[in-house]
Amino acid sequence: MGPESLEARQKAAIEEVLKAYPEKAAKNRAKHLGVGGPEDESQKTCGNVRSNKKTVPGVMSQRGCAYAGSKGVVWGPVKDMVHISHGPVGCGQYSRAGRRNYYIGTTGVDTFVTMNFTSDFQEKDIVFGGDKKLAVCFEEIDALFPLNNGITVQSECPIGLIGDDINATSKQYAKKTGAVIVPVNCEGFRGVSQSLGHHIANDTVRDYVFDAQVNTLGEEIAVTDYDVAIIGDYNIGGDAWSSRILLEEMGLRVVAQWSGDATLKEMVATTKVKLNLLHCYRSMNYISRHMEKEYGIPWVEYNFFGPSQTVKSLRKIAAFFDETIQAKCEEVIAKYQPMVDAVTNKFRPRLEGKQVMLFVGGLRPRHVIGAYEDLGMEVIGTGYEFAHDDDYKRTKDEIFRSTVIYDDVNEYELEAFVKKLQPDLVASGIKEKYVFQKMGLPYRQMHSWDYSGPYHGYDGFAIFAADMDLAINSPVWAHTKAPWDKEGEA
Amino acid sequence: MAALRQIAFYGKGGIGKSTTSQNTLASMAFYFDKNIMIVGCDPKADSTRLILHEKAQNTILQLAAEMGTVEDLELEDALKPGAGIFAPENPHGWIQCTESGGPEPGVGCAGRGVITAINFLEEEGAYEAEGLDFVSYDVLGDVVCGGFAMPIREGKAQEIYIVMSGEMMAMYAANNISKGILKYANTGGVRLAGLICNARMTDFEYDLAKALATDLGTHMIHFVPRNNIVQRAEIRRMTVVEYSPKADQALEYKELARKIIANDFKIIPTPLEMDDLEDLIMKFGLDLEADEDNIGKAEAEA
Repeated sequence: MGPESLEARQKAAIEEVLKAYPEKAAKNRAKHLGVGGPEDESQKTCGNVRSNKKTVPGVMSQRGCAYAGSKGVVWGPVKDMVHISHGPVGCGQYSRAGRRNYYIGTTGVDTFVTMNFTSDFQEKDIVFGGDKKLAVCFEEIDALFPLNNGITVQSECPIGLIGDDINATSKQYAKKTGAVIVPVNCEGFRGVSQSLGHHIANDTVRDYVFDAQVNTLGEEIAVTDYDVAIIGDYNIGGDAWSSRILLEEMGLRVVAQWSGDATLKEMVATTKVKLNLLHCYRSMNYISRHMEKEYGIPWVEYNFFGPSQTVKSLRKIAAFFDETIQAKCEEVIAKYQPMVDAVTNKFRPRLEGKQVMLFVGGLRPRHVIGAYEDLGMEVIGTGYEFAHDDDYKRTKDEIFRSTVIYDDVNEYELEAFVKKLQPDLVASGIKEKYVFQKMGLPYRQMHSWDYSGPYHGYDGFAIFAADMDLAINSPVWAHTKAPWDKEGEA
Repeated sequence: MAALRQIAFYGKGGIGKSTTSQNTLASMAFYFDKNIMIVGCDPKADSTRLILHEKAQNTILQLAAEMGTVEDLELEDALKPGAGIFAPENPHGWIQCTESGGPEPGVGCAGRGVITAINFLEEEGAYEAEGLDFVSYDVLGDVVCGGFAMPIREGKAQEIYIVMSGEMMAMYAANNISKGILKYANTGGVRLAGLICNARMTDFEYDLAKALATDLGTHMIHFVPRNNIVQRAEIRRMTVVEYSPKADQALEYKELARKIIANDFKIIPTPLEMDDLEDLIMKFGLDLEADEDNIGKAEAEA
């Protein structure tokens, strides 16, 4: 690296990126780009970036829609309920199988996460309305899958356009059969990103699961003083499982995990826990706040990526309980320390000083930073698809050095930043993956863990470290240059 | 054979569009031997009952829904020859009828239904029928959304006739429809071809309608007086032309038919601002009621 400071290079990169835009777009995008640091002066965000605004037309955004936020994120992984993609077949089919939200159960019998249920709208349903078809869907689902514990209706765009009253149809069927039917008005065109879908879905949990006091099918669960719920862990590649073992080892009882490997009954039981543990703040803060207000349940954010953050979070959680828990917490930390040492000793020398640029959804852009830093890697750029100001504000606490912050970064910008700042690893989603791999850059998918995982907790850290090593130190990178392009080897 | 002319009737709901259009089209067929296809674009599906002598025919969308998709539907299932004097075997011009149909009030998307129905007719070659002189669209109330503008998009109706009266709301609607025409006039080729005043016998009706036409840049193509024979014919599910071809009212429709066939005055309308429209109404002796001081005052007070 030259004499130029990292911060100066980052600022220059932003300036250069903005030059490509017409005046109006440049003005808009300038507000979403910035350089943040641990000592950041901006009060409300990080790097003074603006967020949660409409994407600039004409650029390739990585964002999703409200339907994706509800069906894909919040409701989809609730395993014992059937989630109907209500509308034309595409939305349901392209989001089929979810986001690798692992679950236990017999698919098609008592669990349904990876199946695609759709009302498969045809032209006549648009013209005459889809309410009759929806009622038929309810009946068919109950006939074919009698062990389902409820149905949600995930609205696709046309439902909002033609004004179908899914609420009335759902209410009617729920009244007739006593089933839990949750209509979700998460039409894709609403809001600027999937973020609104999370909020809408959270509200339906409040209205149809909590307020409706649904029949939990069986006797009440006995309540203990150590009951907690994991909120906002979607069990991607088994993340929630590698998290809950730590909580259980320190003496807590995990009553529910939302919504990875979740059941309706667990969700209902959550209103009786002593503490809500919130992992994905962005997608589940709404319902956590509601439970705090309505049921007096405090909530705490935690981060189980990498040992430093895991240790910090375990202690933060233990502090809510008595000394026995706190003592056990220290035991857990001590127990896993040799494993952490073994992992860092093995991989840190291979990854030390490698620079990383991230771009993920609403939580990982800050949460995974600690895991990289534990391996001696340096995160020099990060950004969120759909975060709000409060997420950026939280980012400040998790960055270690001058970092380019890019909100709702588009394909062009991310590519330009990578070219300019030359990181050793890019970690983002499937849409960006091949652009960078074809540039000869190591890449990891940070939405689905590239079909690996889990990455949460101590077990997850070992897999994470091995995966990053695999990406960066693969021998394949020695062969990315054509023989005739190699100097002095002609 | 002359080129196919595509015309459309628009106007405020309840103004008598379907009645006027059917009587006029009947005259075009009966007196002038024109061959016509009527495309009803209203979920009520009442644009063809006087020609068919039926309550309502099976609509394109209803048939398509029964069969599964619109692709399964055949043209002859949805297209019905006129009854009586309008049947193809009779010596005068014939009339074919079709209705788009649509959902029950309050559900679904009627606009999308119109789009689906017109696409179906085009794809099935309904517009290529031998000897066809006119296609006429009868469209519900107002241009409320993109679907109901379908008949005035490129390649569809080129001449729009607005059915109106001297009532204020009918004039507002006529002005609004003109705005819709203006929007599509530059991208497609749609033109305003005239106002048809379906008289309600309101004060200064003739003058008002004429003045509005002038301000919009068009003409009042005909002033159809009110006559109860229209209602008598309607009860028998007939047009006046068929019910009583020598009646005065039949001759009025004959005159309107002649004018439409001969009409070559088709313009891009110049819709009025709301204030101008109000001024227009004041100009015609209604100024006593519209006086600033009298606004909101009951008759007894003034």
